[in-house]
Amino acid sequence: MNTSGDAATTRGAPIIEISGLCKRFGDFAAVDKVDLTVERGEFFALLGPSGCGKTTLLRMLAGLDLPTEGTIRIDGQDMSLVPANRRPVNMVFQSYAVFPHMTVLDNVGYGLRIDGVAKDEIRRRAEEALDLVKLGGFGNRRPDQLSGGQRQRVALARALVKRPKVLLLDEPLSALDAKLREAMRLEMVNLQETVGITFIIVTHDQSEALSMATRIAVMDAGVVQQIAPPAELYEFPASRFVADFIGSVNMIEGRVEAAANGRIRLACPGIAAPVEMEQDRLPAVGSTAWVALRPEKIDITKEVPPEPGLNRVSGVVEEITYLGETSVYHVRVAPDLPLIKVSSANLDRVTRRAFTWEDPVHLSWTSSCGVVLDR
Amino acid sequence: MARVPIGPLEYTRRTWMRLTLLATFVFLYAPIVTLVAFSFNDSRRNIVWRGFTTKYYEKALGNSELIEAFVNSLTIALLSTLIATVLGALTALLLWRFRFPFKAGYEGAMALPIVIPEICMGVAMLAFFAKVGWPSGLPWPFSLSAIIIAHVSFSFPFVAVVVRARLAGFNQELAEAAQDLGASEWRVFWDVMVPFMRPGLVAGALLAFTLSLDDFVITFFTSGPDTVTFPVKVYSMVRFSVTPEVNAASTVLIVLTVLLTSAALWLQFRQEKKES
Repeated sequence: MNTSGDAATTRGAPIIEISGLCKRFGDFAAVDKVDLTVERGEFFALLGPSGCGKTTLLRMLAGLDLPTEGTIRIDGQDMSLVPANRRPVNMVFQSYAVFPHMTVLDNVGYGLRIDGVAKDEIRRRAEEALDLVKLGGFGNRRPDQLSGGQRQRVALARALVKRPKVLLLDEPLSALDAKLREAMRLEMVNLQETVGITFIIVTHDQSEALSMATRIAVMDAGVVQQIAPPAELYEFPASRFVADFIGSVNMIEGRVEAAANGRIRLACPGIAAPVEMEQDRLPAVGSTAWVALRPEKIDITKEVPPEPGLNRVSGVVEEITYLGETSVYHVRVAPDLPLIKVSSANLDRVTRRAFTWEDPVHLSWTSSCGVVLDR
Repeated sequence: MARVPIGPLEYTRRTWMRLTLLATFVFLYAPIVTLVAFSFNDSRRNIVWRGFTTKYYEKALGNSELIEAFVNSLTIALLSTLIATVLGALTALLLWRFRFPFKAGYEGAMALPIVIPEICMGVAMLAFFAKVGWPSGLPWPFSLSAIIIAHVSFSFPFVAVVVRARLAGFNQELAEAAQDLGASEWRVFWDVMVPFMRPGLVAGALLAFTLSLDDFVITFFTSGPDTVTFPVKVYSMVRFSVTPEVNAASTVLIVLTVLLTSAALWLQFRQEKKES
């Protein structure tokens, strides 16, 4: 145990290794056989809808819940059953959990006081941590004199002051208003780069995960669906769930007619010509597959596009959603097919929009702009 | 000037509300005001006002039996409050934190002393102490032990109920945050739980204190022949005649309880203002 532990603590080894981790409540598995490694200095996001097990996973990392099965190694040490107060990780809670009966400085210094650090050392380090989160000079305030955003900073400083090996954040931005949330995203990324500590954040907000994290694990029903960097997750989702959960997507169902040399041809009911896509991973011929297309990757035109080699379909604009910088056109291509969403930048003023309701339009997309999914 | 119509929530401008308020004040406070006023009456019979005097206060203070009863009452109240508060707080914590079989039954049984008629509690206590052969004739303050036990048993449910209500609003993440920062269970209790419970503890202790201080029925049944508390002593004095001395002693008790209550409420108010 000791020798292997020493070997694993060398630089470059993953800071967190989770293997076969399960958490069951009776028959229900909140977390089901999760394997996961997080590298040193990563900004890692656990993303998923509510009830997908991401918070339970985070709580098991913190030691607030203990696993039913499997192991958690933090910096090479087996921590699966070590209680929360003896783990080298700290957490920022969703409610911030700032102690209401203590001043800001006492809140931040609490963890150090428990460790028996000398009084003036506590003061120095707590003030340093408050400066780091831009709350310098707030030390003597009481939590009730702070705004929600400031309370969150206190919670951040309180967790960072102990210099944990990993900082865990449970939906840290969900209680803030939209503008502040956006500003905090950037600030968290900068903070993480400054302190160099591994951050693991739990969120149900995909734009939050995409904008902050270096890698994202998408979870559903207690199972990790895909782990990938943000761009890869968006462009190459591994399953229909991931494609649908991250961003907006059109899912066109079809049967695989041919798949060879990185080209796939599908027969899609409701679309006259076969759909041709390029992809390394080939589904089995004859199986059902789905073409996942992002709305912004589809071209919408009045005339039939002249370029060869495009996938084409025509339809009628049924709905228009105006979003300010873009408009989303919902196009009916066949009576029994779901509407296809196409988003288009509003380059001109909306009053001079090229299409309106009931207009016949042509949709087209290249063979490399989407993915074909078989699950 | 035209009369402004009465708004739907302006109860204080409605005649029936004003009459109700007046009746409440008369029936609630007139007796107390009379009691205090007549404590300064210069008359032995205390029926007709005969002039102002403070001599009955001097007399009451010089009455060693009355003073002894007063000291007994305060001692009992302080000790039983202390025990009841600790016991009640622990009961509340148990009910808040754990799930166990027959929990609802236990919760109901615990709160029974709140609803049981005092006279029944008194008789039951008397029978109990006689049955177990509780020693009498012990030196002071052990001579008060039976009364203290009786008082704790009927006042701790009040503390438990108040603290339990406070705990219902506790954010579990506070305790988890402390634990996450390295605190053991014991430290979480002292650093997070106790400060959170404090307003409930103060309110509960206050209830227990007043309940104990003015309890007559249960005390009457559990006090031995040689231990007398203030309410019991006043009762025995009134049996002969209602003298201004009784009024004076009662006035002192009222002033004392009002002062203590105000102090406790002020402390609690300050705490809540800090938190909100």
